[in-house]
This record gives sequence, structure tokens and C-alpha cells, in this order.
Amino acid sequence: MKEINDEANSVATLTEWHEGAEYIKLYNQFNGQIKSHSAPLMNESRDASFGLFKSLGFPTNQLENYKYTDLKDPLSVEYGLNINRLKIPVNPYEVFQCDVPGIHSYLYFVLNDGFYPVRDKRNDALPDGVIIGSLSEIAQSHPALLKDYYGKMSTTKADGLIAFNGAFAQDGFFMYVPDNVQLDRPVQLVNIMRSDVDFMANSHNLIILGEGAKAQLLVCDHTMDKVRFTSNRVTEVFVGKNAVYEHYKLENTHAETTNMSNLLIRQEEASNVLANIITLHNGITRNTIEIDVDGEHCETMLCGIVLADKKQQVDNFTSIIHGKPNCKSNELFKYVLDDTAKGGFTGKLYVARDAQKTAAFQTNKNILLKRSAKMRTKPQLEIYADDVKCSHGATIGQLDENAMFYMRSRGISEAEARLLLMFAFTADVIDNIRIDALKDRIKMLVEKRLRGELSKCEGCVICQ
Amino acid sequence: MLEIKDIHANINGKEILKGLILKVNPGEIHAIMGPNGAGKSTLASVLTGNPAFEVTHGSISFHGKDMLELSPEQRANEGIFLSFQYPVEIPGVSMVNFMRTAINEQRKYRQLEPISATDFLRLMREKKELVEMDNKLTNRSVNEGFSGGEKKRNEIFQMAMLDPDLSILDETDSGLDIDALRIVANGVNKLKTDKNATIVITHYQRLLDYIVPDFVHVLYDGRIVKTGDKNLALELEEKGYDWIKKEVDGE
Repeated sequence: MKEINDEANSVATLTEWHEGAEYIKLYNQFNGQIKSHSAPLMNESRDASFGLFKSLGFPTNQLENYKYTDLKDPLSVEYGLNINRLKIPVNPYEVFQCDVPGIHSYLYFVLNDGFYPVRDKRNDALPDGVIIGSLSEIAQSHPALLKDYYGKMSTTKADGLIAFNGAFAQDGFFMYVPDNVQLDRPVQLVNIMRSDVDFMANSHNLIILGEGAKAQLLVCDHTMDKVRFTSNRVTEVFVGKNAVYEHYKLENTHAETTNMSNLLIRQEEASNVLANIITLHNGITRNTIEIDVDGEHCETMLCGIVLADKKQQVDNFTSIIHGKPNCKSNELFKYVLDDTAKGGFTGKLYVARDAQKTAAFQTNKNILLKRSAKMRTKPQLEIYADDVKCSHGATIGQLDENAMFYMRSRGISEAEARLLLMFAFTADVIDNIRIDALKDRIKMLVEKRLRGELSKCEGCVICQ
Repeated sequence: MLEIKDIHANINGKEILKGLILKVNPGEIHAIMGPNGAGKSTLASVLTGNPAFEVTHGSISFHGKDMLELSPEQRANEGIFLSFQYPVEIPGVSMVNFMRTAINEQRKYRQLEPISATDFLRLMREKKELVEMDNKLTNRSVNEGFSGGEKKRNEIFQMAMLDPDLSILDETDSGLDIDALRIVANGVNKLKTDKNATIVITHYQRLLDYIVPDFVHVLYDGRIVKTGDKNLALELEEKGYDWIKKEVDGE
């Protein structure tokens, strides 16, 4: 995109990339091409998103909501973008074998920033009326279906990353489950990063569940090549009345990956949402999860595990907004940090004046295996209703020495005792996986990860 | 089997054991009694290698091996078992997983193959009966939510599973009602052979009605100051410790 001629020049350029100036130039010059390779519906809000990004820029750690993640370095890299939608010469259905035995998922791929279009026979059994495919294609073939949903949450957020995504994302994964249709098997979306040069992917996913619908989505993040990757993904999920939605995010990317993900969920009356965000291996990860509980009698379970070592960073920024009465939410995040890993957790909980009888609980527990590891945790409760049950708790500690000695006195080696305790620490989050095959696999992956063995899935060739 | 010579031990710089001497042979049951703060539990901790305690002088040999050189897990695998005064709750670690790991670590130490699933289940069933332990308990996390009595029963269950040569029962009677005490004591007695030995640490004589000792030692101010047979325990029960304190302090 830009030739770097000499050293002085390149320093100036680096500063500009993370400040967003280069992307602003890029958009001004190429927005025609960006739009021509996307859907009119997605383009409707594109310029406005760009305008917002121009005024906000990329978030810096000076902002309250980003104080635990410094994106300056990863965003200073000059990444390639694929705005002309050039074909990537790889068939993920051939190179990727999901190694969750017995998951029997409906399997789809987003290759870098675009939905991979090949039809796979495994997906032929989808129930009638369910639509899964490329967001940009379906936005063109079924605009009426999408127009009340696309961007309806994301464009209301004053967030530099979400605005950037709105300007640059051209495609993504789309799923529509009509009223009263319940998917019998999980849907799996694998985000694969494949490039020979440092690369940035922006994709937008849209998921709509009608009344009484049920779906489980497993999102896996993988990287294939040893280059620097940045992904900036926005996922909007609309969960209809009485619908049940489970969202599992499993990140297993290499250490040169910067993964920025924004998951926005809106719940209607009496719906049930489970989101379980598991970071097994990564570089720098920022997950923003915002759940808008916008109907009575909803249930929300939001949980996650982080296992990080070396220089890995994981920041989960969560926000649950109770706008209506008689809802329950429960939040549980656990981190195990080793070496110089850094963790961040923010638990925003907002209970509106009218949201009486809300029961909202939040827990964040962290174990630091070395003194050099760092954890920052911040519960942030704003409660305006007076008849509610809310609690929060956060702990940062080491492994229980008494439990260690107890196990060792039974002949269990220190290393094995440590492992049992760490595994036990994560067990209640893993128990919040409602897909048995996935639960077994995650148990195994977490154990391997804690043992210091590779925890990568088969399809990934990079993780060290 | 066990020979403790002139042991001195500190916790946080404070000397608790001050030249303790004790010899235990196979087939023997030794009771250690003494007032609060005498060092009874410290002795248990030092024997099992609790890292919170520092041994500054003396030696402990077990089957001729220097125990002070070994880690807690090595000592356990050499055949020393401690029934804890306060068994630790370990949420998230199931009893089954815990026991299987312990058994297999012991087998590995003794250069044996891991136990087969069926043998393990048979062993669990057999030993559970011995301490009349409820199936529900072994399906739970280690000691989590167990009552005081259940925890102590679980200690004896683990002892039965690991089949140690030397068992140290640290205040196993504390917090037990009379029925639980009988069950626990019966378990201990059934596990007794002429090859293994037991050290019973207790405050009260009550437990010794059920587990009858060959020797009773009085531990006071970090040393064993008096040794007798089971009648010494009865005498202590009747007269308290003050006369011993006087005897020692008056020396």
C-alpha cells in the first residue's frame, strides 16, 4: 500500500499507522473499491462508520475501556488488506480438520475476512428455513431479512475498533434460524488466517434467532502462517423471544496474532444466552462482549477461561446491561497466567431503574504462577434499581499451599499437584459448556495446555 | 522402622521441637499426648516434610533412609502417611481422580505399571466398605462440603488405599462423635498388621480405648518427657498435664 523508502520515513509511517491516518488515506482513496466488493446494505452505514473512526481513531490505553490493552505496537505494523477480494488459494475444508471428535457440527469458514463459499455435504442436513452463508451475498439476496438487524447494535457504539470495522468489513458469516426452529447440532465457524505477508482482516458476522429458535455456535480462531496477523471482528447476535443461544469462542492462535473481537448480543423476552469465551493460546487478544438484556425473564451466562504464558496478553472487557425486570445473569471468568503474561478483566454491570428483581452475579478469579505475571481486574457495577440481588468478587492469588502439601503428602508430585489444582480451578467454567463432545475436548486441551504440551488443533501448523 | 534422633525444628524462626527422640518398630502403636502447643502437630508436619517447618538439627531415618533428604511426596511413596488434623478441601479435584493419581504416583515410584481401571474400582469399593464410606462422597471433590466426621473417615479411607508402613494419625478424634470415632478406629484396627506401625497423636485418652497403644509418650515443650504403657494415658486423663509440667520444669 505504501512504499517505505528510508529509515526516517519509516519511523514517521509507523506512528501514522497506529494513529489511523494511513487507514484514513486508504479509505479516502479506495472506498469505491471497498463498496463495490460488498453489499449495498453494508455500504449504507459505511461512510458514517468511517466518519466516526476518523474522529475516534484507534483506541489507546488512555481510554478507560482500553486501559488494559495497548494496541499501539500491533497497529503500527503495515498490514495487507484484501479490499479487492482476491481469492486466497486454499480450501479450508481440505486443509482444516477439526479435531473435536464427535462434534458433528455444521461447518463453515471465514478465510481471513471473507466467507468461504464452497458447499460442503456435511451441511446439507440443515433444517428448512435456516440460512447460513456469506453476509455480503445474503445481504444482496435477502435484504429485507437483514435490514432490521445489520449494524443496529454496532453503529450505536462509540468505539474506534467497531467503527473501523464498519468502514472496512466487506463480508462475514451470516446465520438465520427462523421461529421455532431448533438446530440439533452445533454450527461451527472457523476463522482461519492465511497469508504470506502481514495481514489484517475485518469481518462482520450477523446472527439472528427467531422466536423459540435454538442454536449453538462454536467460533474457532486459527492462524496458519508465520506472519503477523491482526483481526478485527464484529459479531452481532439478535436472540428472539424464548430463543436459546449458545456462543462458544475458542481461540488457538499463534503468538504473532492480535485478535480483536467484539461480540454484541441483544436478548428479547425470556431468552437464554450462554457465552463461553476460551483463550487457550494467542498473542494479544482483546475481547469485548456486550450483552443487552432487553426483555423480561431472560437468563444470561457469560463465562471464560484464559490460559496465558510467555508474553501473551488477554483482555476481556464485558458488559451486561439489564434494562428490563426479572432477569438473571451470571458471569464467571478465570485466568491462569504464567511468565510475563498479562491479563485484564472488566465486568461492567448496568441495572436500569426499571430493572427490578434483577439477580446478577459476577466472579473473576485469577492465579498467577509467577510474580512476573500481571493481572488487572475491575468490577464496575452501576445499579439504579432498588430491589435487586447483585454481587461481585474478584481474587488474584497463587495456588493454595495447603492443598499442595495435602496432595504431596499422598505421594503426588509437586508438578502433578500443581496441574490438578490448575485444572480444578478452570473446571467450573468448562462445566458451562453444554456440548458434551466440546466439553471433553476442551478438558483435554486445557490439560495439555497446562502440562505445557501443544494445545493446538490439528488444522493449525504454527502454534509453538 | 522409624528412628528420630534429637530433632530440632522451627516455624517462622520459633523453635517448636527441641531435641525429640523416638523409635518405632514394625507392629507397634505409639500414642503421643501432651498439652496444647507442646509440638505434637509439628512432629507430624516434620515427619511428612511440610515445607513450612525448618529442621535445624537431628535426623529422621525410615527403613534406613534419611527422610530429611526427601520431598513430602517421596516420603509418602516410601510409606509414610499422615491423617490430617484439618483435611484440606480441594474444590474441582474429584476424589476418584485424586486417588487414582496418588495410587499411580506411588506405583510409578515403585516402578510398577499404572493400575488398571477395573483393579482401581475394585480397590476403591473394598476400602470404602472398610470405613463405611458413602459412595456419594467418593463422587465429590476432595473433602469439599464434607462434615467433620466425613473428612476424618476420608483420611482413613485414603490410608487404606495407600497401605502405608507408618501411619500418623494427627488428632483424628477431634470433631468426631462417638459413632464416627468407632468407625474410624475400627478402620485403623483392621488395617493394622505386624508389619506396619501407627503413631496416634491425641489430646484425649478416649481414642486410645479403641486404638490400644503399646507405648504412650508425653510431649512437652518440644521433647518427649515421659514414656509409659497405656496406663499412662489413663493417668493423664485423670490428673491432667500439670504434674508433668511441674516434674519437667522443676528439674
